[in-house]
Amino acid sequence: MSIDTTRESSVRVNDFSIKLANVNGTGSASANSLLMQAIFRMGIPVSGKNLFPSNIQGLPTWYEIRVNKTGYTARALEYDLMVAMNSATYAEDIADVKAGGYVLFDSSWPLDDHLLRSDVTFLGVPLARMCIEHFAAPRERILMKNVAYAGAIVALLGIDMDVVSNLLAETFARNELLRESNQNALRLGYDYAKENFVCPLPFYVEPMDATKESILIDGNTATALGCLYAGATVSGWYPITPATAVMDNFTRLCAQYRREPIENPAPGELAYKNNYLIIQAEDEIAAIGIVLGASWSGARAFTSTSGPGISLMNELLGLAYYTEIPAVLIDVQRTGPSTGMPTRTQQADILLCAYASHGDTKHILLFPANPRECFDFAVQSFDIAERFQTPVFMLSDLDIGMNDWVVPELTWDDNYVPDRGRVLNDQDLEKMKEFFRYSNEDAEFVTPRTLPGSDSKGAYFIRGSGHDKFGRYTEKPDEYQEVVDRLKKKHAAAATHVPAPVIERRDGATVGIITLGGCDLAVREAVEQLDEFGIVADFMRVRGFPFVDSVREFVEGHDQCFVVEQNRDAQLRSLISIETGVGIERMKSVLAYGGFPLSAAQVVDGITTQLEG
Amino acid sequence: MTSIAKPLIPLAPLPKNELGLTIRDYEGAISTLCAGCGHDSVTAAITHAYWELSMPPHTIAKLSGIGCSSKTPTYFVRGAHGFNSAHGRMVTIATGANAANRDLSYIGISGDGDSLSIGLGHLAHAIRRNVNMVYIIENNGVYGLTKGQFSASADIGSRLKKGDPNTMAPIDPILLGLSMGATFLARGFSGDKAQLVPILKAAAAHKGLALIDVISPCVTFNDHEGSTKSYRFMREHEVKEIETDFVPIRKEIHKSLEENDATEITMHDGSVVRFRSVPSGYDPYDRQSVEEYIRERRSRGEIATGLLYVDETAPDVHELNNTTNQPLNTVAYSKLCPGARELAEMQRHFR
Repeated sequence: MSIDTTRESSVRVNDFSIKLANVNGTGSASANSLLMQAIFRMGIPVSGKNLFPSNIQGLPTWYEIRVNKTGYTARALEYDLMVAMNSATYAEDIADVKAGGYVLFDSSWPLDDHLLRSDVTFLGVPLARMCIEHFAAPRERILMKNVAYAGAIVALLGIDMDVVSNLLAETFARNELLRESNQNALRLGYDYAKENFVCPLPFYVEPMDATKESILIDGNTATALGCLYAGATVSGWYPITPATAVMDNFTRLCAQYRREPIENPAPGELAYKNNYLIIQAEDEIAAIGIVLGASWSGARAFTSTSGPGISLMNELLGLAYYTEIPAVLIDVQRTGPSTGMPTRTQQADILLCAYASHGDTKHILLFPANPRECFDFAVQSFDIAERFQTPVFMLSDLDIGMNDWVVPELTWDDNYVPDRGRVLNDQDLEKMKEFFRYSNEDAEFVTPRTLPGSDSKGAYFIRGSGHDKFGRYTEKPDEYQEVVDRLKKKHAAAATHVPAPVIERRDGATVGIITLGGCDLAVREAVEQLDEFGIVADFMRVRGFPFVDSVREFVEGHDQCFVVEQNRDAQLRSLISIETGVGIERMKSVLAYGGFPLSAAQVVDGITTQLEG
Repeated sequence: MTSIAKPLIPLAPLPKNELGLTIRDYEGAISTLCAGCGHDSVTAAITHAYWELSMPPHTIAKLSGIGCSSKTPTYFVRGAHGFNSAHGRMVTIATGANAANRDLSYIGISGDGDSLSIGLGHLAHAIRRNVNMVYIIENNGVYGLTKGQFSASADIGSRLKKGDPNTMAPIDPILLGLSMGATFLARGFSGDKAQLVPILKAAAAHKGLALIDVISPCVTFNDHEGSTKSYRFMREHEVKEIETDFVPIRKEIHKSLEENDATEITMHDGSVVRFRSVPSGYDPYDRQSVEEYIRERRSRGEIATGLLYVDETAPDVHELNNTTNQPLNTVAYSKLCPGARELAEMQRHFR
């Protein structure tokens, strides 16, 4: 095979994307994230997106790294370099490469002629052969292939070898043998590339200073941190992709920060006690039941789940809404309906969560766009849930939750005081003539509650059946309506408590683009690109429901609006129309719901096509 | 769930408990169940048990699901905090409440539909977790509120007022509990308050989930000839070989009525359960012996009642999880939040 490394005239620094095609269960994930982390440490904005199957071993899996000096690190749809390590997907992977791009493959075996493309350069590295020569154990021979290709990429992209080497040293700090074989494998690939190809390729990295104040973190970890900092003490949960890591991380963090030493433990007794209780429930129904019981009792409690879990929780969510019990639900959305595609992303639980449960219900939703917001919004969710005595949903998704993102460092204000809402203690009760659970509403239509264990004067009977403002059973229309009407007003009052929409206006804008959550980066990038087409757009990212007036005003202020979201049925558009009263025809939709994270190209295409039409 | 406030008419001076409260202070609203309903007798027994235990009403949390039985928490201890939840889900709420505040005394009232059909999974797992609470199944073999369908506890051959006999095997909550690792299992009959009160008191003192299956006839839909959950059937087939007394904490322990080998169990709070009589070969700490006894009685068409099994040594949900002794809902926020400096510190690992 001829290796053509003729340099193109245009050289791109810190602006390219690569895709790594692997077989899942072969240990490629750590090699791939090693590359991404090294680029991050070089101070360059970068993203890594894991496109993986719902499977443990043997199916195709991909990892995409996008490097972008401006910070536009949403998914790219074309790749400058394909690392084709899965012969089963060679054809589609090679087809995905940009004209003028490169394919790195394992040349231990020849590539079929029909796979070759004349507009792409093939870089063969005999990875398997090298690893067989240098490593003895069968498992090692497979694993080290990954590190070896990483080494070749380090050379080809001009990644700082010292940075990579340090990362390996940190990862394997406690295992000298592994550290050594990883370093050797890295060097094998690196040296091979240096000797056989012109390095770097026409696109490569150069150190920057753009990530000094940033961290690399996934949304599930950040969410767990938020729950820790909010002071959550009880959680009920059931394992589900892609939300499991929220509770895994919360458990790990609690073990680290919530164990209180005890004096003189008895023989055989642990030397600490836990200031938390995490219960892996028998199903999601029990999980939310546990959250409600704990919240009723005045603890901060939460559950983490995904769409199928929310479906199961619907019954008790109605109970919580109607009886006014706080609850925090983390919904890491995946592709539905039904089992759907558990390892693929979507934003298709918006309406499910907004109106969860039978009867008239409305819930409070928060839409974080990245792990940084996952942390902040998780904390806010507890404040809002207790302030408004109702379930609050934080709608993350698989892309945010399970991928590593470069985000500004998380910050914490030590003066933060949790908003525990209106809770009467025994002293408060003593001053009162009588206590009635659903009376004495404040300006936001919230009525004070008592906690079990408080004086009998504050004892009342929670019931999901019809009740009046005194908390008594009723079947009388007026008494029933009085309570549910207040609940509607209470929900509306939460609009100014949820995170405000982010609105960015441009001079001469003719269209408005509305989006939410993890679409943020792709849509911002699209706004820039549309400028080049002469389409000037204002941008709004909603971050909470109920909507503040500015959401309606934004729609009404534009002759044409586009709502960009990741579901088939334009759920955000419907919610805006239903809840603000603006005609649905005022908003067009740009929808991407195939399960992969959104890219700017999809947004630009969707908008330009409709404007032309 | 309708309820009618009970008028507090002062009658002749009533005896007072240690807190200076009379039995009236442990009552609730007037029952709206059918006249003669077994559940009302259970309510009376609960009222009595808490009064005798001198339990401060506000330290009791009473929970229920949906069904006739689940209406009853309004009928006792009006000063207790109550939670009428959703069908079958009572114990999930109780689990969370107990997780947040381990200091309260929890009592869950459920029925055979609530616990043995829609909520069976939750019951099984609450038993495994050993949530510290009293869990009562008011068991009548029938769905009363929806007018008389068989429940999962209906015996084979048992007949409804109209229609065919039940052909499916019943779920016996006691046998279920034995296989799930339950730590306190009792069966009572709503018509026998004298037996039920000490069982309830022992259940309240028990550390862990105390499951009490109370056969409680439905006078409207399942108290006829051919029913195995009727008053008459129970009076004819109940076997009370296992008799227990409950001796509250700090009370002098009376001499056993029976002179022979009375077995005493000291509950974690210092009170004592004493087995007054057990059949020969019966060991209330031995699952196998208890299971054999119940099955053997059942094969003769008899229903063994009493405190059937107890294990006061097993860890409850908090011990299993090494939770702090302080109720979690009172742990100061300053102890829960690691603070800004720690957040900055830990983020060094996110680079």
